[in-house]
Amino acid sequence: MIETWLPVAILMTSLGVAPVILMIPDGARTLRTTVNLAAASVKVCLVGWLAWQVARGTDFEARLPVAPGLDLVLQADALSVLFLALSAVLWFLTTIYAVGYLEGGTDRSRFFGFFSLCVAATVGIAMSGNLFTFLIFFEVLTLATWPLVVHRGSAEAHRAGRIYLAYTLGGGLALTLGTIWLYALAGDVTFTPQGTLGNLPAEHPVTLRIIFLLLIAGVGVKAALVPLHGWLPISMVAPAPVSALLHAVAVVKAGAFGIMRIVYDVFGVETTQALGLAMPLAAAAAVTIIWGSLRALTQDDLKKRLAYSTVSQVSYITLGVALISPVAAIGGLAHLIHQGIMKITLFLAAGNFAEGQGVKKVSQMDGMGRLMPGATLAFTVGALGMIGVPPLAGFVSKWYLAAGGLDAQAPLVIALLAGSSLMNAAYFLPILHRAWFRPPPETPAPRLRRIGWMLAVPPAITAGLILAAGLLANAPFSPLGWTRFIVSLEYI
Amino acid sequence: MTDTSLLVLLPFLAALAATIHARGAAGWGLAGTVASAGLAAHLALSVHASGPASIAIGGWAAPLGITLRADGLAALMIAMTALVGLGVCVQALAAWGLRPTAVEDPRRARMRMGFWPLWLSTLAALNGLYLSGDLFNLYVTFEILGLAAVGLTALSGTRRALRAAFDYLVAGLAGSLLLLLGVALAYAAAGRVDLGVLPLLADSAAGRIAIALIVSGVGLKAALFPLHFWMPAAHSSAAPAASAILSALVVKGALYLALRLLLEGGLVADALRWGLICLGAGGMAWGSVCALRADRLKLLVAYSTVAQIGLIMLAISVAGDPLTGTAWQAAALLMLSHALAKAAMFLAVGRIAEELGHDRISGLNRSDLRPGAAEFAFAIAAISLIGLPPTAGFVGKWVLIDGLIGQGAWPVVALVLTGTVLSVAYLSRVVSRCLRGGPHIAPGARRPPWRAGDVAAIGLAFTALFMGLLSAAPLALLNGPLLS
Repeated sequence: MIETWLPVAILMTSLGVAPVILMIPDGARTLRTTVNLAAASVKVCLVGWLAWQVARGTDFEARLPVAPGLDLVLQADALSVLFLALSAVLWFLTTIYAVGYLEGGTDRSRFFGFFSLCVAATVGIAMSGNLFTFLIFFEVLTLATWPLVVHRGSAEAHRAGRIYLAYTLGGGLALTLGTIWLYALAGDVTFTPQGTLGNLPAEHPVTLRIIFLLLIAGVGVKAALVPLHGWLPISMVAPAPVSALLHAVAVVKAGAFGIMRIVYDVFGVETTQALGLAMPLAAAAAVTIIWGSLRALTQDDLKKRLAYSTVSQVSYITLGVALISPVAAIGGLAHLIHQGIMKITLFLAAGNFAEGQGVKKVSQMDGMGRLMPGATLAFTVGALGMIGVPPLAGFVSKWYLAAGGLDAQAPLVIALLAGSSLMNAAYFLPILHRAWFRPPPETPAPRLRRIGWMLAVPPAITAGLILAAGLLANAPFSPLGWTRFIVSLEYI
Repeated sequence: MTDTSLLVLLPFLAALAATIHARGAAGWGLAGTVASAGLAAHLALSVHASGPASIAIGGWAAPLGITLRADGLAALMIAMTALVGLGVCVQALAAWGLRPTAVEDPRRARMRMGFWPLWLSTLAALNGLYLSGDLFNLYVTFEILGLAAVGLTALSGTRRALRAAFDYLVAGLAGSLLLLLGVALAYAAAGRVDLGVLPLLADSAAGRIAIALIVSGVGLKAALFPLHFWMPAAHSSAAPAASAILSALVVKGALYLALRLLLEGGLVADALRWGLICLGAGGMAWGSVCALRADRLKLLVAYSTVAQIGLIMLAISVAGDPLTGTAWQAAALLMLSHALAKAAMFLAVGRIAEELGHDRISGLNRSDLRPGAAEFAFAIAAISLIGLPPTAGFVGKWVLIDGLIGQGAWPVVALVLTGTVLSVAYLSRVVSRCLRGGPHIAPGARRPPWRAGDVAAIGLAFTALFMGLLSAAPLALLNGPLLS
């Protein structure tokens, strides 16, 4: 039985809500927040229902013919659910946080309208049934995030916005060209487990390699693969909820998710390996992991340090995909969720440091554990998770990645992970040391504002999720359990 | 199928009525436009359902009488004209009123009495152009179209507009003259003047001169680089509604003729192809560079038309044989998307300039004025012009690049992508200012009020935005058989 309405409903809970929010007057805070949170709650429920149905084996598809041979297709498979769950839950939490964060700010309807549009694009990416649909939502995501990056309106914000657009539209151009080329070669490129290309790799090996390069370069900009990562640290000028959204949920994850779709469901694992494309991709991921960590070591700006950490951590996902081993794939896919909840915790906590005490630099973190214990605790859980301390979520992903490295006969991966974890520790532990073990400055900066529940609760919840995802990793609906289910479909 | 001739007849009669009964000009204009739009929709549906149709007016057959014919391409162009026309009419009605009021600004009355007859004549001429099957009829419709367009340019009555209108008149007459000479020579060389005459002309010297004359006449009318010199001034100095019509619809007439000629041109089309590709690429480059340097908003939008015409001409020149490929459909889709987006853009610019009191790009960041609906419409239209998904421009570029890859024409793919990058560059000059906020906005800044011009601009811009997802409809029309 094929269901149609559920994917459309999930899309509409943010796509349909965006124009409504855009039209609400700026001053009508209660109305806007009610609409926003109602939609976000409905979405969480619908996604939960969808996950349940997908696990039971129901097929979902909604189709709109756009041109002969070009259909807009929304579907839901296990991989979609992974990304949908991440975006639905984190959207809900980030919205609450953003309402508190932007209290008294300007252009809030514009902000929340584009925020919803962003999530709509993310959800569309998650549910795309073919490469054409994926491309459409991928580009919509680019356009919808631009107003968020420039939200502050300062000259610096506009400069960041220009750089962001230059990178992402450039990537979009490569992706578009690759997609059209593949369509010209293969007809409709439907996402199919184990690949959709059939006999083509034998007939056009060189062309397909070029197309792979174009596609990966296109999504690699958003996934911040070195050297396409330059936009990410610069766009840190955006407000904290936007950074959280860019890093944990929407933009970089859309890129990582694109890499998964291209390797798993367009080319297929075997073809990717047969064309000799897996190794270079893994190498690119390895370089990115090292380079991101190295750059993070030297940043004094807290958000920049977190940004370079994202560059590094997102490539764990790519590495898991590129190692062509089911065990590594489990680690990489689970990291899509794990990195999301860890990074959002870090950004929300960092936002609270900046809002509460005006602390934006690592060197100002002295004594934060005493000044803002809640936020510092959440930050600590996130940072330890990133380093890979058991039993937190990051440990689970690293464990599977390392085991996958052995499985793929690439023991170098263990060295890579060890080195990266050491560097993670080297750039996170000094922050924790300052926060917990150094005394606050003699004359601490006056408290800027009270951190209300809207700012305090979301990072606490996500910190709890980090712990839960690690402790309950073996439960059937945990991120790890779900990725095992996905990998059983991609590898036979 | 007598309603096909009504598509030409009705707007003409309405134009006459609006001229004679000038007090009710707007009423006649509205009635004529709406009725014509209804006929256009009916034509599109019937062509889609039962294929191309042709009628001989008054029952006189081809050599003596005038034959009107409509296939999917013509029906699509007529529908496009109707759609844009409706949007522009909303703005014009709101700007200049439906009826004379007791105390009225004489300028407003003059605009109302001038605009509607001119627009209706333009509509009739365009419909006639799309329905014509031979070059002589086409020449006649071009002549009417050109005169009406000059009138629209001059309508605002400013010194700059009058100057531009005079240049337009001269260029238009030169174009008509070239076309007429070409048609006469073609008739002398081949003995016929239908659209399929081009392949017959390649053998004789007179025929080749005829081809050259026809192509340059069409190029001049279409503002194809480097024959675009008259166009930016004309489009940027007219009233908003008139600019929208000129830029979105009037140049499409000549582009449509170019597409028809090349579709049936056979070997001659092959010979012309690379030359036209060069001109198209030149137009894209030159239009973009001028748009990047333009200091006035309207001028930027007008130069963007030069660049977009270059792109469309590129698509037209690689069109190939309609029986074997679908690349030519890209040209039609790009024309459709450009018409919708450019009309939206000119109407939006009209509103922006009205609120600001000027249209200098450097002065767009006024701290006491928040961005309004018109800026939003401009941004949406820009997305369509750039060709980002999900707009009609995106599907047009998709079909184009798909066809180019099929032909292995990689240099042209590179040109199209370069043109896209350039369009991002010049349009983001304006769009980034539509997102101003924060420190650039004074605390008590006002937001521009909603006007009908905003509604029209947003309506057209959103049509262009979602037309991409609805491309199945125009493509279904284009997939039907073409008349030759």
